[in-house]
Amino acid sequence: MVVGAGMVGAACALYAARAGLDVILVDRGPVAGGTTGAGEGNLLVSDKEPGPELQLALLSAKLWGELAQEMGAAVEYEPKGGLVVASTPASLTALAELAAGQRAAGVSAVRVGADQLHELEPYLARGLAGGVLYPQDAQVMPTLAAAHLVRASGARLQTGRTVVQVLLDTAGAVRGVRTDRGDILAPAVVNAAGTWGSEVAALAGVRLPVLPRRGFVLVTEPLPRRVRHKVYAADYVADVASDSAALQTSPVVEGTAAGPVLIGASRERVGFDRSFSLPVVRALAAGATRLFPFLEQVRAMRTYLGFRPYLPDHLPAVGPDPRVPGLFHACGHEGAGIGLATGTGHLIAQTLTGRRPELDLAPFRPDRFDRADPLDRFAEEAPPWIP
Amino acid sequence: MTAHRPVLAVIGAGPAGLAGALAAAARGVRVVLVDSAAEAGGQFYRQPARGLGARRPQALHHQWRTWERLRTGLDTHLAAARVTHLSDRHVWCVERQSDGLTVHALIGPEQEESVAVHADGVLLATGGYEKVLPFPGWTLPGVVTAGGAQALLKGGLVLPGRTAVVAGTGPLLLPVATGLAAAGAQVVALVESAGPADFTRRARTWAGAPTKLAEGAVYAARLLRHRVAVTLRHAVLEAHGTERLESVTVAALDPEGRPVPGTERRVVCDTLAVGHGLLPHTDLAEGLGCRLDGPGVSVDDEQRTDVPGVWAAGETTGIGGSALSLAEGHIAGRSAAARLTGTVPDPREWAPAARARTGLRSFFAALDAAYAARPARWTEQVTDETVVCRCEEVTAGAVREAVGTLGAGDLRTVKLLTRAGMGWCQGRMCEPGVAGVAGCALTPARRSLARPVPLGVLAAPADPSTPQ
Repeated sequence: MVVGAGMVGAACALYAARAGLDVILVDRGPVAGGTTGAGEGNLLVSDKEPGPELQLALLSAKLWGELAQEMGAAVEYEPKGGLVVASTPASLTALAELAAGQRAAGVSAVRVGADQLHELEPYLARGLAGGVLYPQDAQVMPTLAAAHLVRASGARLQTGRTVVQVLLDTAGAVRGVRTDRGDILAPAVVNAAGTWGSEVAALAGVRLPVLPRRGFVLVTEPLPRRVRHKVYAADYVADVASDSAALQTSPVVEGTAAGPVLIGASRERVGFDRSFSLPVVRALAAGATRLFPFLEQVRAMRTYLGFRPYLPDHLPAVGPDPRVPGLFHACGHEGAGIGLATGTGHLIAQTLTGRRPELDLAPFRPDRFDRADPLDRFAEEAPPWIP
Repeated sequence: MTAHRPVLAVIGAGPAGLAGALAAAARGVRVVLVDSAAEAGGQFYRQPARGLGARRPQALHHQWRTWERLRTGLDTHLAAARVTHLSDRHVWCVERQSDGLTVHALIGPEQEESVAVHADGVLLATGGYEKVLPFPGWTLPGVVTAGGAQALLKGGLVLPGRTAVVAGTGPLLLPVATGLAAAGAQVVALVESAGPADFTRRARTWAGAPTKLAEGAVYAARLLRHRVAVTLRHAVLEAHGTERLESVTVAALDPEGRPVPGTERRVVCDTLAVGHGLLPHTDLAEGLGCRLDGPGVSVDDEQRTDVPGVWAAGETTGIGGSALSLAEGHIAGRSAAARLTGTVPDPREWAPAARARTGLRSFFAALDAAYAARPARWTEQVTDETVVCRCEEVTAGAVREAVGTLGAGDLRTVKLLTRAGMGWCQGRMCEPGVAGVAGCALTPARRSLARPVPLGVLAAPADPSTPQ
């Protein structure tokens, strides 16, 4: 029983079904109605520092490559590679250090000199210091990917159905869920509710502090292919890892199979605020036109926004919850959920069927925040002098 | 308030915007009228291009005297510098700021440069746009929307074709048919899908609106004079032609709204004007975060939206025609003038306009109900091969597949899965058709950019000007 029909839920359904399980997929909205439908579809290894998330990204990239053999065209899979550019010698040095560490972890990362940048991206601005090419970076159209993975899984899909309670037996183990349209019994429940994962965890009586981090994407008119790779500035990696609540924008520019150029990426912690912000969109446009001056004359057609599900240490929650037998989590992937979905689904399927997971799940333990953050106690307990 | 005169930006120079601008300018408010056309008037009083030298443009209009009064009033305020008219300005965003609102507009026709106008209040009078529904053959040259045909007539005085069929549903079909006929076209049929019983059932409402009845009688007389055959409870099923439109298939509809087998007949024509009514233009309101009420912007008795400093009037709050737009615009202008000068308005001062508003709203609600009485079976005529989104060339079959096998249950997911509504028009044209074929509700699209904006314009903000 998978809760959440976004990209991660779809991948969990697919790999669980392929492991021989009977899968029901429930979502209160449609397929890809949350963050999946508001994303760019990045499958990236380039923006991850060496560590457990990078390992998950490498496993996922391999699995995405395998899925592309089956349904690459249908999900608009494009192994186009990522190009990270540095504008100053100092940022190039930092980028080169990051790339060296990633290479040691198994990432393919190729130094690109300032004079070679335009062979890769002819329309890139002049005067950049250099960059690194990551051939493993790829892209899919996320809504199509989620829909086609669900279809391929053969799972029973129940959209427009809201889970209101996780049912537990007398021993405290999961026995199913209660929805607004009746109970569904299942010995295992996977929380793939993304940004709303904390709510589903709470229905089972456990805490999982998933919070929203808002991002805008700017979409241009369709163009002939001028941006060949996913191109972004080196400061993007620092923004991804940042803990600041304030607005950050670092330009991320890429063409799509359908023609429009997608421009990201902004990060703000403003809760679930859906209002349009012109200053954020202006900052995105300014960053993108600095990287690609020809974009100044290109028209922005629309913007959309989404809420990345992040956990305080920027790692997802993947695996069984030791606090509630039968409850599994697959959420909190922040801005990397499309890319990390396949690895996550694969690992979840392995744990669901009692096999040894291919990666060590300890860094992704869902109960890691119970102990870790002493500050939480101050937030939750009112001081004694307040009546 | 010190010497600073409050500024009201009025967006749209149609009946609602003009009435609002005049009411506010007469009461101590500086008005900036921002409009996309070269001349004031909007769709309803669309003016012929000056170079054409039209001798009697009023032949295509009714309520010409009302227009002349609006025009005179505007000229007076323009001369006294109480109103500034910014024509050829295409507003792409209204931005909320701590000290008021900024209207961002691209300068036409190139739309490569943007200006910003800072205001204390904004009146959204952005009007409506045509609801377009697909059917086999609708993309053939020669098939135009009813409003498009009318705009051609009023604006360019160009006759779109020689032999015309006017079809669809709704009150707009009457002026389109009579307008085409008056301009010299042979209107071979006016095909309306509503039936006579839909109207006679509501006789009491019509009796309560004598001016509207008289208006209807004038149209009936004109149709008779031009020998336009009116066919009720019929529909155009398909448009035929190779290079362009050559004929249409017309059939009778049963009480369920389905075509009656055996009643199909071919009508030869080179122009088909199709209308299915209007929808409110709400992009700017949605970008501002205004609450909607159904398809239109939600307003209170003073025409205020739920966003402070933002009023809305006319078709953008719900389709109701020019007379209702005038009443709403007048009330909005008076309310804005009072509120922006720091006083509380007395609604008794605009009681006649409020009475007109009440009457016209209930009249149009009944009219809507009459035209909507027939269940919408048009989607059954849309074959899988029919293109429903022209910009992205998405067929009805692709939309049905997204719903049937990919699990889409709402308009947004259909769009993401098929790209329907993602092209140049951003769904403004195809959304009702796509929603109908998909069998899901027509939900607001949340277009935060009301027009395509060059990234260079976004990247380098213009300095807001405050009119002096």
